[in-house]
Amino acid sequence: MNAEMNGSVEVHTITAETATDAKAVLMLAEFETADQLMDAATSMRDKGFKLWDCHTPYPVHGLDTAMGIRPTLLPWIVLCGGITGFCGGLLMQGWMNAVDYPFLISGKPFFSIPASIPVAFELTILLSAFASFGGMLALNGLPRFYRPHFRSDRFRRATADRFFISIDGRDRQFDIGANSRFLRDLGANAVEVIEE
Amino acid sequence: MKRLLEALKPILRPELTGNAESPEVDNTAYSPDSRVDLITGGNDNTTITDKVCSIVEDKPTIGWWGFFLLAFSVLGLLGIFVPFLIFWGVGTWGVNNPVGWGYAIVNFVFWVGIGHAGTLISAILFLFRQKWRTSINRAAEAMTIFAVICAGMFPGIHVGRAWFAYWMFPLPNQMELWPNFRSPLLWDVFAVGTYFTVSLLFWYMGMIPDLATLRDRAKNSVRKIAYGALSLGWTGSNRQWHVYERSYLLLAALATPLVLSVHSVVSFDFAVSQVPGWHTTIFPPYFVAGAIFSGFAMVLTLLVPARQLFGLKDVITLKHLENMNKIIMLTGMLVGYAYSQEFFMAWYGGVKVEKFAFINRAFGQYAWAYWIMVSCNVLAPQIFWFKKMRTNIWVMFVVSIFVNIGMWFERFVITVTSLANDYTSSAWDYYTPKLADVMIMLGAFGLFFTLFALFCRFLPFIAMSEVRGVLADQAHSREAALARHSSEADSASGSQGEN
Repeated sequence: MNAEMNGSVEVHTITAETATDAKAVLMLAEFETADQLMDAATSMRDKGFKLWDCHTPYPVHGLDTAMGIRPTLLPWIVLCGGITGFCGGLLMQGWMNAVDYPFLISGKPFFSIPASIPVAFELTILLSAFASFGGMLALNGLPRFYRPHFRSDRFRRATADRFFISIDGRDRQFDIGANSRFLRDLGANAVEVIEE
Repeated sequence: MKRLLEALKPILRPELTGNAESPEVDNTAYSPDSRVDLITGGNDNTTITDKVCSIVEDKPTIGWWGFFLLAFSVLGLLGIFVPFLIFWGVGTWGVNNPVGWGYAIVNFVFWVGIGHAGTLISAILFLFRQKWRTSINRAAEAMTIFAVICAGMFPGIHVGRAWFAYWMFPLPNQMELWPNFRSPLLWDVFAVGTYFTVSLLFWYMGMIPDLATLRDRAKNSVRKIAYGALSLGWTGSNRQWHVYERSYLLLAALATPLVLSVHSVVSFDFAVSQVPGWHTTIFPPYFVAGAIFSGFAMVLTLLVPARQLFGLKDVITLKHLENMNKIIMLTGMLVGYAYSQEFFMAWYGGVKVEKFAFINRAFGQYAWAYWIMVSCNVLAPQIFWFKKMRTNIWVMFVVSIFVNIGMWFERFVITVTSLANDYTSSAWDYYTPKLADVMIMLGAFGLFFTLFALFCRFLPFIAMSEVRGVLADQAHSREAALARHSSEADSASGSQGEN
């Protein structure tokens, strides 16, 4: 029986004999529409699941609240990037043109704030953008090229036209039998188990 | 001939000859109580995905090959004339003693300006929640990147001794001297450098979910590995979407002041000098308006044929094109207003040499260039007052070409007329480009169109994930409208009953 379960073999009717909780790393439930997913996500949150996620082909409005996701720290990271860029830009210009090798040109002061604003501004934007992109990758744990999700053929449509809920095998409430019944009741049209 | 057509049939896809699958739908009618459909043709998530991915997955059409090979051969001009320039020096150009800034600067400003529409569409329209941006933002952002690549090439080669181009960067030279931060030319390096980097990040980040779609549909291992690596292991996780969307919003908010600053800083190259005709405070806003104007024209030049070729008339609809035409008309009039204000200020300011500079622009030795500029930029877009004209793809394509020409001439007029006739009449001269000038200008167009052709072929042309969001909104608003109608009907019948 277990041989069938290797790889991404789909388990339509899951019983305790066909899949073992010990080997399972992930459960995937497929939904047809975003509305179904939204209701299911609310129920998942209310049931107290912790290590679970929704997978959608586009950002679905309201799903963050339905899942109970707390606001991200990202804006603060970007603010730090911006402040670093601005101060760094001013210091760089002052140090290069007024301290390390001062040279007089057209009688202009070695260092002045107005003349330094354009470069400082551009560096503010540049470092903020790096912080925004880099922060997004870091907070999302990207790049991470292997995910158990990719072993499911069905899951390929998560980036096109289907909606998924995944439950991590390490979740405290992870139980193949109970969870698959629960997900089916929520309207999932297929439930899969990904084993090690 | 008939035989040849017969043989070409397998390569000649219907898209090439007007795609039957995506008929032109007029969705430009205004109705006060419901929003128009931005995506027509009854598309849903599945068909949109198939449609956009097929551009990358199917064999390229003969139309694509023709476009690519033509662009690539024009790019070859750069391969010939840039080494020639580096070997012989800037003497191969037509620049002379008063006119030290010739085509190189004209092209630089032109290409940086082209890029601005891409950022306006991707960032500013995003902040304003303009949903119609989603069908065109990917291609427009690609255009921005490629235009800035073309622009960036010119400062690199016009320094004459290209091996010293690193002097532009904040690095000490062989005498341990740092670059001069009190010069707008150096501000420009930072502005354009930042602009390129941020645009690239924004473009790439927006593409990650769509690259994941291509990865998940990939049939062969080259595609699996390439798109797999580029999509960074994206699973469409909502916890990731949450951070991603916030990051995208922040990048849009950062790109908005950035794009306004870039052409402002480019205009400082002129405005901070004391050359008559350049030393004006109107330059920053005037340059930014012109940049957006020219950029939108280039977006149209690219998208009108592309939507035809790739069968995307139901995704990039007439409504999208009409909106862009309205922006072209508005920014065209802003530019026209700036032209008139320059004259007013020259007269009102009472500086003799300024007054001369502007009269000389319009009626001097470069009057021909000035009037090409005015007719292309100010007069041509006026046709868009008529709805029939701004929803006609032939008219808009022709106007977009006129605007491209006009905006190139605007930079030519600004750069050359002021330098050729400045304070001392004994130093005046007439600038005529040489062969290398013209060929490098053409070669830059080749580079631009080659990169764009490759983009169409290998990357998702439409921001699929965003279009899916628009489709969902469209479905919701349709449901809401239905519900409203039925409840209105109910209450109408109810009140009748009471009476």
